Amino acid sequence: MEIEKFQYDNKIVKNFAYATMLWGVVGMLAGLLAALQLVWPVFNFDLPYTTFGRVRPIHTNAIIFAFVGNGIFMGVYYSLQRLLKARMFSDFLSKVHFWGWQLIIVLAAATLVLGFTTGKEYAELEWPIDILIALIWVVFGINMFGTIIKRRERHLYVAIWFYIATLVTVAMLHIVNSIEIPVSFWKSYSWYAGVQDALVQWWYGHNAVAFFLTTPYLGLMYYFLPKVANRPVYSYRLSIIHFWALIFIYIWAGPHHLLYTATPDWAQSLGVVFSIMLIAPSWGGMINGLLTLRGAWDKVRDNVVLKFLVVAVTAYGMATFEGPMLSIKSINAISHFTDWTIAHVHVGALGWNGFMTFGILYWLIPKMFNTQLYSNRLANMHFWIGTLGIVLYAVPMYWAGIMQSLMWKEFTPEGQLKWQFMDSVTRMMPFYAARAVGGTLFLIGTLMMIYNLIKTIKVGSFVANEDAEAPALVKEYHAHSKDHWHRWIERKPIQMLVLSLVVVLIGGIIEFVPTFLVKSNIPTISSVKPYTPLELQGRDIYVREGCYVCHSQMIRPFRSETARYGEYSKAGEFVYDHPFQWGSKRTGPDLAREGGDKLKKSDSWHYNHLLEPSSMSPGSIMPNYPWLFEDKVDVASTVGKIKAMQKLGVPYPEGYSEIAAADMEKQANSIAASLKKDGISTASDKEIVALISYLQRLGKDIKSAPKEEVANLSN
Amino acid sequence: MSVVIILISASLVIAIGFLIAFIWSVKSGQYDDDYTPSVRMLFEDKPTTEITENKKNN
Repeated sequence: MEIEKFQYDNKIVKNFAYATMLWGVVGMLAGLLAALQLVWPVFNFDLPYTTFGRVRPIHTNAIIFAFVGNGIFMGVYYSLQRLLKARMFSDFLSKVHFWGWQLIIVLAAATLVLGFTTGKEYAELEWPIDILIALIWVVFGINMFGTIIKRRERHLYVAIWFYIATLVTVAMLHIVNSIEIPVSFWKSYSWYAGVQDALVQWWYGHNAVAFFLTTPYLGLMYYFLPKVANRPVYSYRLSIIHFWALIFIYIWAGPHHLLYTATPDWAQSLGVVFSIMLIAPSWGGMINGLLTLRGAWDKVRDNVVLKFLVVAVTAYGMATFEGPMLSIKSINAISHFTDWTIAHVHVGALGWNGFMTFGILYWLIPKMFNTQLYSNRLANMHFWIGTLGIVLYAVPMYWAGIMQSLMWKEFTPEGQLKWQFMDSVTRMMPFYAARAVGGTLFLIGTLMMIYNLIKTIKVGSFVANEDAEAPALVKEYHAHSKDHWHRWIERKPIQMLVLSLVVVLIGGIIEFVPTFLVKSNIPTISSVKPYTPLELQGRDIYVREGCYVCHSQMIRPFRSETARYGEYSKAGEFVYDHPFQWGSKRTGPDLAREGGDKLKKSDSWHYNHLLEPSSMSPGSIMPNYPWLFEDKVDVASTVGKIKAMQKLGVPYPEGYSEIAAADMEKQANSIAASLKKDGISTASDKEIVALISYLQRLGKDIKSAPKEEVANLSN
Repeated sequence: MSVVIILISASLVIAIGFLIAFIWSVKSGQYDDDYTPSVRMLFEDKPTTEITENKKNN
């Protein structure tokens, strides 16, 4: 057998490693700023670019796609080459992938700061960036599959399967969820509306956690944990079962994010069933990871890298136990919309993703630089300060979440709600402060690591191309190679059936689905009407400022919610909402019926409240929005927006876009007049007027619906 | 609600794709040996010349 000599590309791994560290610090700083803003609103700086509504998406996107994303690529590019005994398929594609991804991150940061957002959580980036992401992802795919094809090791180690699942599924999720109709270069509307948009978004959102934060990191676990411990994984057979069971179950669990909302019950139940089933493969994986160290726990005492990996795997176990629990409807009724969810995701993000990344970095950098880690002591300190940071972050958030929920649900013996919403906000302050301390500790640990690694790099000498050799892969004998290409599939009826099914499904989707979607926009509640042009502009401002980050628009069918906010939300109320704005967190109260009878406030209340929230609601931690009182609504964009909505099936009369501006002015003038009555004089073309018109519209339509119609509405 | 058709079809396409991959991997003998791969990945494939040189040095 001929031995082939080749070299592994370490340079690309190094680049991704540096990017991971850089964006990790940026993402954590954004998170820290957001945490401080929730304790001291002054940290919003009264600037549009630095308000919580924009900082929070920057934090989540930076951590998920920049920090963890680069972490994935770092680990994949290192391990894939070695597992397949081959250099990456193309150095050029590796470079395109690296620089393309960094470009996406920079564009993402810039556009989010400027308020260009689709308003869909973890998919906030606008359509030009979405297209760029798809392209770069394809580059990654070609590079990965190219390497697999020219591999020198026939067996695909289990980690590679996890990478493949990541690649394929993320591509599909991203494309389906990002279907949107552009209005301008930096503005688009989601193709889907209301309930439909919610289902697509959380199918995406859940699977982004599954296939971006979990499967690639499981692949990394299966490579780096055995490598660092220098012993084989506990059970390779279990790892194979882990993989196949996990990916077949994961994809169906999305609707657990929408329990008790206006989505169909059967979809919710489906999500719950699969979520609970998920505990089996998840824990199978965790146990497999931990048992790899059986009989070698003494190594964990001495090896700081193993410490990080063990805590990471343990955090994975905790988060994947908690996940199925939170998917049970009765627990979700308590946890949803509270800080409990924030605690849950941070056990995953800080513990699982963060610590796994740190462990890999501590192991990879000295190895690639042919040296020892500069200071084990410092790394140990990082480990402890980081662990303490996680605990100090998670515990107050759990406490806060449960307290919030209980306060929202508590009634007096007389049957009145016991607490104002504001009470639940002011009570959160010590917990939010403790969380900021936890986050700071975690960030300090990260900075210690970077210092440690820079020192390591300084003394080491980088091996850009690592020599390796392996026998060439012997081609398998293919009996059908001389036949016509179609013969092989004809001999295999099952594959034939499956393949044709796939083809038919794809055809079906392309052909029928757009029609379904437009038809389903026909209102199921006759009194629900499209937004007026001014309200539509106001809604776009609501989306731009990220109001959905703190305010839900979804009243669940609980007594405590209907008593506080009014009639529970119905699916038919959201048919014109491109995108839906249900939100996932109530840092502030629900706004679904803000303009309805129960909660109705005057125009001047909203005016003053948005200028300085704490003047109207003492104790409020909402930022001030002074620029809304200066900036004018972009009237010229109205035509395009109305036309886009018409394309999506929103029933504005034909040719309405031409007269929309006139309608808009009329409505704006009436709001300006009502403000004037309360002694506030403002020009009617300011953004604040449009936003007020939208807030006053929320939840109003259903009021005038015929009683029988509402009674007949079932979920 | 029609959007669930997209979601279910897209999920099915993925699931079926992986089912095919699974069938392929079993049939092509990927899982015939469920122990050696876990050990093999631990070995680095450093060039043999280097190893002999190291031995000489020792």
